[in-house]
Amino acid sequence: MPTYPAAALTAQGLRVGDLSAVSFEVSPGQILALSGPSGSGKSRLLRALADLDPHEGTVRLDQMQQSSTPGHVWRQAVMMVPADSQWWADTVGEHFPAGAADDLDALGFGPEVMGWQVGRLSSGEKQRLALLRAIAHQPRALLLDEPTANLDPDTTAIVETWLTGLARRHSWPVLWVAHDPAQIKRVADTHLRIASKALAAVPCN
Amino acid sequence: MQLIDLAWWQLALAAGLVLALAVCTQLARLDIGKTMLIAAVRTVVQLSLIGLVLEALFAVSALHWVALMALVMLLMAGREVTARQKRRLTGGWAFGIGTLSMFISAFSVTVLTLIVIIGPEPWYAPQYAIPLLGMMLGNTMTGIAVGLDRLTDAVWRQRALIENRLMLGHRWQEAIGEARRDAMRSGMIPIINGMAAAGIVSLPGMMTGQILAGTPPTLAVKYQILIMFTITVGTGFGTLAAVLAASRRLFDERERLRLDRLTARSDAH
Repeated sequence: MPTYPAAALTAQGLRVGDLSAVSFEVSPGQILALSGPSGSGKSRLLRALADLDPHEGTVRLDQMQQSSTPGHVWRQAVMMVPADSQWWADTVGEHFPAGAADDLDALGFGPEVMGWQVGRLSSGEKQRLALLRAIAHQPRALLLDEPTANLDPDTTAIVETWLTGLARRHSWPVLWVAHDPAQIKRVADTHLRIASKALAAVPCN
Repeated sequence: MQLIDLAWWQLALAAGLVLALAVCTQLARLDIGKTMLIAAVRTVVQLSLIGLVLEALFAVSALHWVALMALVMLLMAGREVTARQKRRLTGGWAFGIGTLSMFISAFSVTVLTLIVIIGPEPWYAPQYAIPLLGMMLGNTMTGIAVGLDRLTDAVWRQRALIENRLMLGHRWQEAIGEARRDAMRSGMIPIINGMAAAGIVSLPGMMTGQILAGTPPTLAVKYQILIMFTITVGTGFGTLAAVLAASRRLFDERERLRLDRLTARSDAH
């Protein structure tokens, strides 16, 4: 992977949906956990950061301004992984830029997975492959919407270790939407909670 | 050769048969008798009116009257394209894109055919221009309506998929590529099938009409081939243009998918 200088993800006066304007910064290599009741706007916040919905406020990745970067360039850098991943081609490999992925074995796959039929993937396999697919597009920041929602406890632990390691190694700022307080404790450096239409900091350790 | 004249009372015999069919459907409780009779009455009224308009038009044969007639036909076709879409672009874009696509395809092909190929004197002679344009618009309209309907419907259903592709950094053209190609194909397939079946399964209406009017079949066939080709060209380019324009409109300048630019049809059509 080409190396970029470490970049922080910054949001200023970001306003989307019912949520009042929020400002925060995620430093390089830092994982920010985002929690809140369902329907409170966590996903919409991620969508605004990825510039998938119209919104107010400014978002920057280091010196790169969201509003002055072409949409597809921005989203390739600030990569969102949705809770429910979508697959359009027949085989898994067709969804990867070079037809293959790194780190397959880290999530328990062999190289033969690239030839698997998408229609026969379990929800847990889809979720792990969606993470690998996102990484294969060489992002510079990650927006993860409940990345372990469909995984059993053992796999969850593997994915957590892998993701935190990746974030540190590549100095990626990561936003991680999570429900489970124990998981937030394990992975997050900072924790913001959406309560009554505003973001509130929750102390982490 | 002279076409045998039809008297109104002779048409009334055919109308009597339609009435008999309506009565039968009513007895079978199909519940379409009333709709059928209304449609039959509309056929009589609309065609009689257009007959009067065409007689007047043929009598004057002035360019501005032909142009006005063509404009009215275009706007009616645009309205029909809009009405046939289940989910359509808001703010007049559905009508605008459909009408403009028909204008650039059906109109230009008709004018080209008149001037370069058929060459009547003058080139806008309404006996040639109006029926030609009518056939062009009728078919182009269907192609564009099917193409746009397929596009907006696919985008509506595949929203999550298209947005997932956007999240991966795909350009909007890539993200909607599959839906767009599918919509373009759907718009063009009927006319391709029509060409393939012409003469075997069906005798095309225009050719039938010409033969009834006493034209030698070989000449009628030449005209029919010309019409099939021009209709295919008009429908094809019109569908391509309309689907391209509409798919662009579904994304904003930030390459976001904007389904809020679509509205579901309120009436059950």
